[in-house]
Amino acid sequence: MTAPTGTPGPVLPDPERPDAARPDRPAPATRTRRRRRIGAPSLPLTLALAAAALTVVVPLYVTVAMALKTPAQAADGNAFAPPWPLDGHSFVTAWRLTRFPVSFAVSLGVAAATVLGTLLLSSLAAYAIARNWDRRRFRWSAYYLLAAMFLPFPVVALPQIKLTALLGIDNPLGVALLHIAFQLSFSVLLYSAYLRSIPPELEENARIDGATTGQIFRRIVLPLLGPMNATVGIFAFLASWNDFMMPSLITADPAQQTLPVVQYIFQSKFGTDYNTAFASYLMAMAPTVLVYLFAQRWVISGVTRGAVKQ
Amino acid sequence: MPVPARVDRGVTGVPRRTGRRRVEPVFHWFLLPTLLLFTVLVPLPALVGIFYSFTDYVGFGRWSFTGVTNYRALFTDPAVLDAYKFTLGFAVVTVIVTQVVALALALGLTSRIRFATALRTVFVVPMVISAIVISYVFNYLFSTTLPDLATSVGFGPLEQSVLGDPHLAWIAIVLVTAWQTVPGSLLIYIAGLLSVPGELYEAAALDGASPWRRFRSVTLPLIAGFVLINTVLGVKGYLNAYDVIVALTGGGPGTSTSSVAMRVFSGYTGGDYAYQMANAAVFFVLTVLVSLLQVLATRGRSPRP
Repeated sequence: MTAPTGTPGPVLPDPERPDAARPDRPAPATRTRRRRRIGAPSLPLTLALAAAALTVVVPLYVTVAMALKTPAQAADGNAFAPPWPLDGHSFVTAWRLTRFPVSFAVSLGVAAATVLGTLLLSSLAAYAIARNWDRRRFRWSAYYLLAAMFLPFPVVALPQIKLTALLGIDNPLGVALLHIAFQLSFSVLLYSAYLRSIPPELEENARIDGATTGQIFRRIVLPLLGPMNATVGIFAFLASWNDFMMPSLITADPAQQTLPVVQYIFQSKFGTDYNTAFASYLMAMAPTVLVYLFAQRWVISGVTRGAVKQ
Repeated sequence: MPVPARVDRGVTGVPRRTGRRRVEPVFHWFLLPTLLLFTVLVPLPALVGIFYSFTDYVGFGRWSFTGVTNYRALFTDPAVLDAYKFTLGFAVVTVIVTQVVALALALGLTSRIRFATALRTVFVVPMVISAIVISYVFNYLFSTTLPDLATSVGFGPLEQSVLGDPHLAWIAIVLVTAWQTVPGSLLIYIAGLLSVPGELYEAAALDGASPWRRFRSVTLPLIAGFVLINTVLGVKGYLNAYDVIVALTGGGPGTSTSSVAMRVFSGYTGGDYAYQMANAAVFFVLTVLVSLLQVLATRGRSPRP
């Protein structure tokens, strides 16, 4: 949802600020370092922030600790106690109950389709819009897409459920298509703002050499869009992978549900089987958290690039 | 006398677009798939929904036009009015909590501290975690761990689960939503703060301005645009509150934490399809109005970031 469900404001190409989307901006990290050099680091402030960081760390610690407990220890209620003796059976049970390989594959498939579809459709559309901005038809198409940022899913959910059932896509495919549709506005705007910063000379030279527009897009524009592809891709992936609302309403067959949706089984039937439930939550969270920890600089710069593009 | 070549100059005197280059047809093909997929999946269902909101359609079978009956009923339905009250209040409180926390953290993380990168990495982790899954974790903490702790130290008010208390449950929802959405705002504020030139602070410090004064008079005006963006996006997102509530309270106790989105979705199974479509239409207008109001209220005071 609503994550940094980041849909920044007006990102339409702005001729007055050609540098608004400079691809060569220094990464935030380097600037932090430059700034920090002045004077000695503040220890009290560091400690205060570390204490605040516990609000993030503790719930994650509880998840891991609970998952590793024996059923008896998990039932005693003290979530903060370290797990002892360690017990890994909960993962086996959770794996079986949620049919982890299936729900993981569905989640990954939906997210991958969303990312690929969003990248392809919105970069093509943004290229057409940015290079024909003087044409009313293209300009108005951009405004049309922009207006939809005010059309949240709950408003259109009921007719969409009917529509996907009618078209026979009340399944993960329909969820992916809807994820793409809701990602388009934001992504087209990000791309077109970025494209304004790429000088058209490169393309014109290629055109003189006899390249078609399709070739120009594939060989020149697409590679130049590199950093923006990462940004659009990260937003699309997180929105799709973590979504609960749309798959839970659109997908008719419970056997085809995504990872976040299948977690509901622990709310009823296995309500007291806490170590199994937490093992399952951990397995649902771990993939993105691990990828993020290894690629945090890349993820943060990607998200920031999207956020500052207003 | 030779007739001068006609130049079509329209009413403004500017030459019409006679000599303009042709749009390459391939550009239409670039744009078409996006417009097509988008139109079929978003605006079209929205229009169908608005159409049915003027009928007595129950989700299947026959229907007839009923005019504005659904809309009139909405404004006297306590369940719907309560949902709007809760959702608006929740959005306002959550956006304030989130923005204060995010800005404070951003100020800290851009100051001279140790382990800045590691700390930032930790604070951003919630962004990559599914809201529904972490809400299940918090559900356990609020309903089991917290009452146990309160009992062991003899703190009466928290010995019962806050999630079961109609007057306190919303606070838990605000906290978990903030936990999950602070990172997005935080990254925007960090980018904003790093764009403020350091010389300005030094000049203000030399003039004897206190840290609070420097924040009020130097930092805040310069990042006002970022505050606006975060607030508008935040409120828009919080108005659609769903995941966190489903996992924490399911809308209860009673209907004390039922959001508008939950009420609308109830039309799917509850047999009042057309009625909930009217609700969705009103909700859409409200979303747009709230966003516009925020932009207008801050216009002129906030330079674009």
